Amino acid sequence: MEEIVLMKGNEAIAHAAIRCGADGYFGYPITPQSEVLETLAEEKPWETTGMVVLQAESEVASINMVYGGAATGKRVLTSSSSPGVSLMQEGISYIAGAELPCLIVNVMRGGPGLGPIQPSQADYFQSVKGGGHGDYRLIVLAPASVQEMADFVDLAFELAFKYRNPAMILSDGIIGQMMEKVTLPPFKPRRTEEEIMAECPWATTGRKNGRRPNIVTSLELDPAEMEKRNIHLQEKYKEIEANEVRYEEINCEDAEYLFVAFGSCARIAQKAMEDARAEGIKVGLLRPITLWPFPYKAIAERAKGLKGILSVEINAGQMVEDIKLAVEGNVPVAHFGRLGGIVPAPDEVVEALKQKVMQ
Amino acid sequence: MTKEDIIKPENVVYKKPALMNDNPMHYCPGCSHGVVHKLVAEVIEEMEMTDKTVGVSPVGCAVFAYNYLDIDWQEAAHGRAPAVATAIKRLMPDKLVFTYQGDGDLACIGTAESIHALNRGEHITIIFINNAIYGMTGGQMAPTTLVGMKTATCPYGRDVDLHGHPLRITELAAGLNGTAYVTRQSVHNVAAIGKAKKAIRKAFENSMNGKGSSLVEIVSTCNSGWKMSPEKANKWMEENMFAYYPLGDLKDTIEG
Repeated sequence: MEEIVLMKGNEAIAHAAIRCGADGYFGYPITPQSEVLETLAEEKPWETTGMVVLQAESEVASINMVYGGAATGKRVLTSSSSPGVSLMQEGISYIAGAELPCLIVNVMRGGPGLGPIQPSQADYFQSVKGGGHGDYRLIVLAPASVQEMADFVDLAFELAFKYRNPAMILSDGIIGQMMEKVTLPPFKPRRTEEEIMAECPWATTGRKNGRRPNIVTSLELDPAEMEKRNIHLQEKYKEIEANEVRYEEINCEDAEYLFVAFGSCARIAQKAMEDARAEGIKVGLLRPITLWPFPYKAIAERAKGLKGILSVEINAGQMVEDIKLAVEGNVPVAHFGRLGGIVPAPDEVVEALKQKVMQ
Repeated sequence: MTKEDIIKPENVVYKKPALMNDNPMHYCPGCSHGVVHKLVAEVIEEMEMTDKTVGVSPVGCAVFAYNYLDIDWQEAAHGRAPAVATAIKRLMPDKLVFTYQGDGDLACIGTAESIHALNRGEHITIIFINNAIYGMTGGQMAPTTLVGMKTATCPYGRDVDLHGHPLRITELAAGLNGTAYVTRQSVHNVAAIGKAKKAIRKAFENSMNGKGSSLVEIVSTCNSGWKMSPEKANKWMEENMFAYYPLGDLKDTIEG
């Protein structure tokens, strides 16, 4: 039977983690995502599924616990919000370099610096362009509802293990804090040690049966070898770009104009689209679900015949750069966003469409 | 008597632990790391834990520890080994999990991770090599560099007004409720090597018996960083390091 419940996005992350057979969560409190750890602490999954839950001394420690756990082949995750995720960047780079699967949840708030605790999408660049040092990519999923917060946890783990790559759920204070009805995913048992050894022959589970030692590292002193590792990573990223692009299109068939928006902002853009259509403006919405890999081809394809595109973001204009890369100058592209924790209103978005794109 | 008459299994009095492979070590001649590696390998073998051990190597000279001991290893970011080890042990409680860290890694950049892992009483062992200098990066000042000691970043000697005091992090660890066994050893002579091995064994047994955290500091030489011959370095360590970092158990909550 389906279990429909009313809960916050942050709570949905916690419940979904327990249900999808996660082995460990390591995190540090920060607004507006603390409910993830709070919910896990209240649920006590260590008494039911055996999932480990630990409040670390910092986000730096959290992400390194995730590194250690991921390298044992376990399903491990952490969650934080923007300033905390900045602290994690070193560890994320190591995880990407060592090719470890894991999940990082960023419930974004404003910035730069300590910023406000209100919602923002200003960590787009940090999330999709690397974030830490070195050439690497995260698989980035952008949920637009509490339901997707729940659904993307298992999806993120599946993708992370399929490609041995860290995955991120890039959410924000709106999705994290708002309550919606959600159908929780069914319970999936945690994998046994035998299953992990079969699925993850690289995992540091102890040198059983005289196998060669498994060594998890991102270090290679010989630059020729290090270049090979980098080329391998880039080939993997190309494969992900070819296979894992996800997006949603609404009212695009007859559209003359297009909103592109992700996450919570896509919900606002959807309302703006409805309002604009009521005024007779034929506007559609394209919502990237994977921010990396980005739906370049889908946007380029959809842009054919369009009069203009408005990138609606809760930032100063970040995803708009990828949209411009996608359309290669063939269609005018503008950006509208609010900053510092202010959320755009639908009427502002319609007005921006008229002023920045339709004129 | 020929060589063949002597080289027989029954005549063996000493051999390299099977866990130590033949990869050429990058450590400088006279460095303490090689001896400590051997002790760790011997203890793992004697405890029959080869298939159940996960080591965590640091950033520093021992970054390549994974090249020399044939067990599963994870290489941690600088200072983060105790956090990495925390997760490994919590997720796989039946494994022997230890970190192997230098003074810069453990007592400087990783102070928070070290103190908190020890304070939580994680059932792990930290092997702490204290040679009072950053060896890997070429001899810079460490948190444990002695007052007056010259390094690349305190070329006129460590000055308390300028650089603060050398940190006795092991004393700090002994004061934490989570630690079961905190000891300071060395490997500069045969007797010391024997004691250090016993300490490592005790620490590993604590980890497997769920007794809390153990910290084994090994006061060590860095003859390259100290710019001394191995013999001189040993003597200098005995005269100067042991005065500030006295050897012996600082805390032992486990009898026997």
